[in-house]
Amino acid sequence: MHRPELRNREAELHRFQMRIGIAGAVVLAAFALLAARLVHLQVVQHASYAAKAEENRISIVPIAPNRGLILDRNGVVLARNYSAYTLEIFPQRVADLEATIDALGEVVDIQPKDRARFRKLLAETRNAESLPIRTRLSDEEVARFAAQRFRFPGVEIKARLFRQYPHGELASHVVGYIGRISPKDRERLVELGVAANYRGTDFIGKSGIEASYQHELHGTTGFEKVEIDAAGRGIRTLARTPAQPGNNVTLTLDIRLQQVAEAAFGARRGALVALEPATGAVLALVSRPGFDPNLFVDGIDPQSWAELNGSPDRPLANRAIAGIYPPGSTFKPFMALAALELGKRTPKSAIFDPGYFVFGERRFRDSRPGGHGYVDLYKSIVVSSDTFYYQLANDMGIEAIAGFMARLGLGAKTGIDLEGEASGVLPSPEWKMARFRRPEQQKWYPGETISIGIGQGYNAYTPIQLALATAALAANGEMYRPHLVARIDNVRTGERRVIEPVLLRRLALRAEHLEFVKRAMAGVNREGTGARAFAGAGYSSAGKTGTAQVFGMKEGEKYDERRIAEHLRDHSLFIAFAPLEEPRIAVMAIVENGGFGARAAAPLVRTVLDYYLLGKLPEALRQAAEHEGLEGAD
Amino acid sequence: MGSGLATLAPRRIAARLAEGLDRPLLAISAALVLVGLVTLYSATHGTPVRLSAQLANLAVGATAMWIAAQIPPQTLMRFAFPAYVGGLGLLLVVALFGEVVNGARRWLDLGFLRFQPSELMKLALPLALASYFHRREGTLRLRDFAAAAAIAALPVALVARQPDLGTALLVAASGFTVLFFAGIGWKVLAGLGIAGLAAAPLAWGLLHDYQRRRILTLFDPTQDPLGAGYHTIQSTIAVGSGGIGGKGWLRGTQAHLDFIPERHTDFIFAVYAEEFGLVGSLALLALYTALVVRGLMIAAKAATVFARLVSASLSLMFFTYAFVNIGMVAGILPVVGVPLPFVSYGGSALATLFVAIGILMSAQRHRRLVQT
Repeated sequence: MHRPELRNREAELHRFQMRIGIAGAVVLAAFALLAARLVHLQVVQHASYAAKAEENRISIVPIAPNRGLILDRNGVVLARNYSAYTLEIFPQRVADLEATIDALGEVVDIQPKDRARFRKLLAETRNAESLPIRTRLSDEEVARFAAQRFRFPGVEIKARLFRQYPHGELASHVVGYIGRISPKDRERLVELGVAANYRGTDFIGKSGIEASYQHELHGTTGFEKVEIDAAGRGIRTLARTPAQPGNNVTLTLDIRLQQVAEAAFGARRGALVALEPATGAVLALVSRPGFDPNLFVDGIDPQSWAELNGSPDRPLANRAIAGIYPPGSTFKPFMALAALELGKRTPKSAIFDPGYFVFGERRFRDSRPGGHGYVDLYKSIVVSSDTFYYQLANDMGIEAIAGFMARLGLGAKTGIDLEGEASGVLPSPEWKMARFRRPEQQKWYPGETISIGIGQGYNAYTPIQLALATAALAANGEMYRPHLVARIDNVRTGERRVIEPVLLRRLALRAEHLEFVKRAMAGVNREGTGARAFAGAGYSSAGKTGTAQVFGMKEGEKYDERRIAEHLRDHSLFIAFAPLEEPRIAVMAIVENGGFGARAAAPLVRTVLDYYLLGKLPEALRQAAEHEGLEGAD
Repeated sequence: MGSGLATLAPRRIAARLAEGLDRPLLAISAALVLVGLVTLYSATHGTPVRLSAQLANLAVGATAMWIAAQIPPQTLMRFAFPAYVGGLGLLLVVALFGEVVNGARRWLDLGFLRFQPSELMKLALPLALASYFHRREGTLRLRDFAAAAAIAALPVALVARQPDLGTALLVAASGFTVLFFAGIGWKVLAGLGIAGLAAAPLAWGLLHDYQRRRILTLFDPTQDPLGAGYHTIQSTIAVGSGGIGGKGWLRGTQAHLDFIPERHTDFIFAVYAEEFGLVGSLALLALYTALVVRGLMIAAKAATVFARLVSASLSLMFFTYAFVNIGMVAGILPVVGVPLPFVSYGGSALATLFVAIGILMSAQRHRRLVQT
């Protein structure tokens, strides 16, 4: 009766034991699979995983190098670093930025300006670690924040090196400034293949020497090997390669000469370039108005930026290398030299100047009503006869003028070691062809050549170009590339690199022609348009005044300064070099809307030469120097 | 003289207590517990609280094991169905009133005690199924298997809904192993397998997003290195960087620098493998193999159908735990919440495992006592 069930039971038991065996086999197989996987991970791929674990664990933390100093030729510091505390926010670690900043405002002083700058930085910088909300905290503020730190996760006090420009506005266009590395800067660094050296660096030169010598000033980033945990917190330092500071850059600039020149401008706009004719060393390079580069150091606040960028006086533009102006009568000595060299005039060539030059149906007026009477080449420079040069230009033709002026470097970048140099315009039929679109505009009309002769028309050069051409005259045709840096010093090794003068070209000019032009320019300062400015100078000098029209006058209309808006008044220019026999300095100055060259620019250049050659400080500066001790700055 | 008695008495008590405890099982689980404590010390370095809490868990677990070992299988069988029904009831209560932790409704808070009813079900289900088959010994038909499958499916569905995929898997596995050892036909098994494959797309649709992500990241953890793939990437790095000999105790960088998440619970094997290397890993696998084999040996010789099925199923439970956990840490199985038996930190799981050991010991002890 129970037999089938019993048989079933035995069958079931048998089946059960079979299945135990199968299960055991499955278990062994599965564990063998795991073992194989472990062998694969821990033996076959061990090296790769070990490397990954190291990668996880070790973080390379860059140590930003100290930026090199910028000094003037006498060792006066123009850009330096100082250490200060900043209050920094890690945006990724802070949930509500506005609320955090509000709360911080109760602990340290936070101006609307600071907020605006922070917002600007936040918008500009991607994946930055931390951004400053306040810079230059006082000791008291540091202490106050430290006491309340627990309230502000994601906010930290950092000691940072800041760039400081102790002279403020002085030479601001030369020294330039640094600013936060923008995405565009970053791209350029990648292109240059130096991005790795900028890990840990937040700032980069944006203008002036700070920009053009960025790679000298920056230094070499050091590295610290740090063991970190999964949250990125440093546990301990494993190894350390110290950063190497950037090189010190010493300029050819004489900051006191620069100060004299800038002071001479006062509130007037303009530019001045002073070169050493025998080397091309830039002694002073002024662009007025200037700006305070310190504003840019921790990120400029939007209001100051708007003021600087929106000002009609364009303080950020470096007029000395990027401003283009008609040279006016300062062009005449070069025209005279061209005439002699090309055989179009001799020193004896003379004309009668009735006060105008007639070309076809047009009359070109001389700036002196009634003219200068009989005018030879010498007198044409000394009294600055327009009629003489109208006629000369007409006789020479545009091609000859353009060909000669190109050799003097006009209308071409000089290659000065600053970024943003402009080319200017050396007028020629080719230039006009390329410049304009419509065929009737592309054609060069002979009438257009006439005013080229007096430095008007399409003529447009930068002050540095005119300074270089003047220096070339002074150096008897040797043209040295203008340069601002005298030497570069490696602070660590003591290695010094002196920047040698670079001879751009040696103009093949007849000595007697050069002598003649120089003599005529000396006449300008002795008995001509520059005589009043240079009365009793105590040294020999050569010069030429210039007045550049900003505003086109209709024929027969009389220029009346009082009736013309200030910004439409003529520019006042002056070129000079001194001493006459062995020139040590060549200067070009332009005072925008300053009127006659003799009145604004010439006295300004006189002040500069007086200081450079005689050490004579203008009265106002002498008093200031006694108070502030600039004389004793070095 | 008196002192001689005094030293003798504790020994005798110990001998009395150890009576009926299977020596191999005791030795293997003790070795595993030791590995667990050593690794936990490293994984929770600097926070000794966890270690002492685990020691308390161990005390509770060992007591539970001892008690379970004293209960004869036929007594246990009487509690099987009530335990199952009670467990099912608690799962329902959890579904309705349970406490939500980490987005899943798993916990029941009784004020003095917080526990997961699903943990109870890991034991109650195989017990209930085993007693079900025990009663049908010799008269098994296909529909009995169908009924058993239904018994298993109910709690699995409830646990899966919490959602707790890992535990649902373990509960399902414990149910399935009973069916398997009870002798479900190969053809039926094959049919179920095919049906399962066919239902896979449907099951996929029922999964939560995070569960799907976990499965997908298994195939390419780098797709989401800081999200779902992070656990797997970091644990495989830990295991792989351990090499043959390991980095040494307390010297695992992945573990000590916080790169391994859940390193004292589900991912503790990563800590162990990093510090003790392939040698340690294989030794641990050998321990688990020994545990499972010993369990299956007990099952093979067990006296009743109930004892056989329960022993075999519980033995395979150890296997499932260890395999799923190590497979997950080694990056060949998806990330599911399954602890490494006797090693991972955690009281509930430890208690379950110790009770299972106790039941095996009881089956071993009573193998000849009951004759049918």
